[in-house]
Amino acid sequence: MNLPENLKYSKDHEWVTLEGNIATIGITDFAQSELGDIVFVEIETEDEELEKDEVFGTVEAVKTVSDLYMPLSGKVIEVNENLESQPDLVNKEPYEGGWMIKVELKDKSEVEALLSAAEYKKLTTEE
Amino acid sequence: MRKTVLNEVHKALGARMVEFAGYEMPVEYSGITSEHNAVRSDVGIFDVSHMGEFYVEGENAVKYLQRITSNNIEKIKIGKAQYNLMLNERGGVIDDLLVYRLKESRFLLVVNASNRQKDFDWCQSKLIPGVNLSDKSDDISLLAVQGPKALSLLQRLTKSDLSKVPFYSFIHSDFAGVENVLLSNTGYTGSGGFEIYCSNSDCEAIWRALIGEGEEFGLVPAGLGARDTLRLEKGLCLHGNDLDETTTPIEAGLSFAVKIDEGNDFIGKKIVVKQKKEGVKRRLRGFAMQERGIPRKGYEILNSNGDVIGTVTSGSVSPGLNKGIGMGYIKNEDAYLESEIFIRIRKRLVSAIIVKTPFV
Repeated sequence: MNLPENLKYSKDHEWVTLEGNIATIGITDFAQSELGDIVFVEIETEDEELEKDEVFGTVEAVKTVSDLYMPLSGKVIEVNENLESQPDLVNKEPYEGGWMIKVELKDKSEVEALLSAAEYKKLTTEE
Repeated sequence: MRKTVLNEVHKALGARMVEFAGYEMPVEYSGITSEHNAVRSDVGIFDVSHMGEFYVEGENAVKYLQRITSNNIEKIKIGKAQYNLMLNERGGVIDDLLVYRLKESRFLLVVNASNRQKDFDWCQSKLIPGVNLSDKSDDISLLAVQGPKALSLLQRLTKSDLSKVPFYSFIHSDFAGVENVLLSNTGYTGSGGFEIYCSNSDCEAIWRALIGEGEEFGLVPAGLGARDTLRLEKGLCLHGNDLDETTTPIEAGLSFAVKIDEGNDFIGKKIVVKQKKEGVKRRLRGFAMQERGIPRKGYEILNSNGDVIGTVTSGSVSPGLNKGIGMGYIKNEDAYLESEIFIRIRKRLVSAIIVKTPFV
């Protein structure tokens, strides 16, 4: 399982990377492999202000559908449009081409509650 | 949790394992879509040893089976298989099954894993003198080799001429060095192929022989995930989804497995006859999404007035069509082919059209 050290992780299997006040968010390698072939990513919350743990979208694999949760509070300022035609980018490159949303953070201190790669790895091996 | 004899083999192949019908089963190896496509274009191998196998034999076996199943047992010749249904008194489907006629008075019943105990209890409660019923599910393994190249692959491993085994027929044959294997020209993928019934102790050797020989045919191991998308694309019902004890064969469009004019007095016949004469209030229909969205079991179906007219019983993305497809029971008056319907997917109503099955 690929877990880049420079990313932050949530218990709901999202990863986060920060650039100033803007967070880029996707789902982890562990999450994509658990879901299997992803066929549809539905995110209709662009321009919306969402609280931490609110649903920002849905990811559908062949057999399952899962909600996507905000790891941090803020405004969704961009959605990865490539996922509309190539949802399998989430399987192939979960940390690069498979990113999902960019969020303008409401409260940057929330970042401190996210997990490190090592902490997240521990969580996935316990599940 | 129960395990098939190939449990460790699946894990060594990197399969993702899930609990299904009390068994730890492989849901996918390389990915549902690629496994699905391999079965459509080449050949795939499935371990479906969780399925249940009952033997029915004795002088009154035919009479007994005529009573507990809706199709006409007398019509099955030795060496043939038949799709059949077990109904309750209300005409609901206890299970769908295959019936193999092994000898004049000896039959093999293959039932769904999820229903095995329920079916056996039901069969036992209906037993009559002169019939012996036994559950051999724990002794028998079942491999399905499915796809357009299945026949050529299987032919490599047996002296019997498999091209002489028609659809819904079977032989007992040598296979991969094992004696007396039941090779059945049946399946649940709509892509052709055989199902192989063998004893547990022979199963791994047969699997390995197929994997070894299968390389040049593009053989891939395929899991329950692909099995489900393959059967759904062909409009084949899954008990527990599209059939259950509250749905009748007439509603489900399975009249071909219900013989009401041939003198067999089966349990549930009264309701089925009535429905055939008077019509039904709902029908199982296939539908294809016209917009992006994937229907799932339990989602509501609505008409253009916004009235709820039914429920989705199976749904997925179709790898062959690359769009959402599903089946569901729809009120008779709204169940016309080519009608536009709407599936409630989370907060949205997504347009779909009722189509004929199979979808591909």
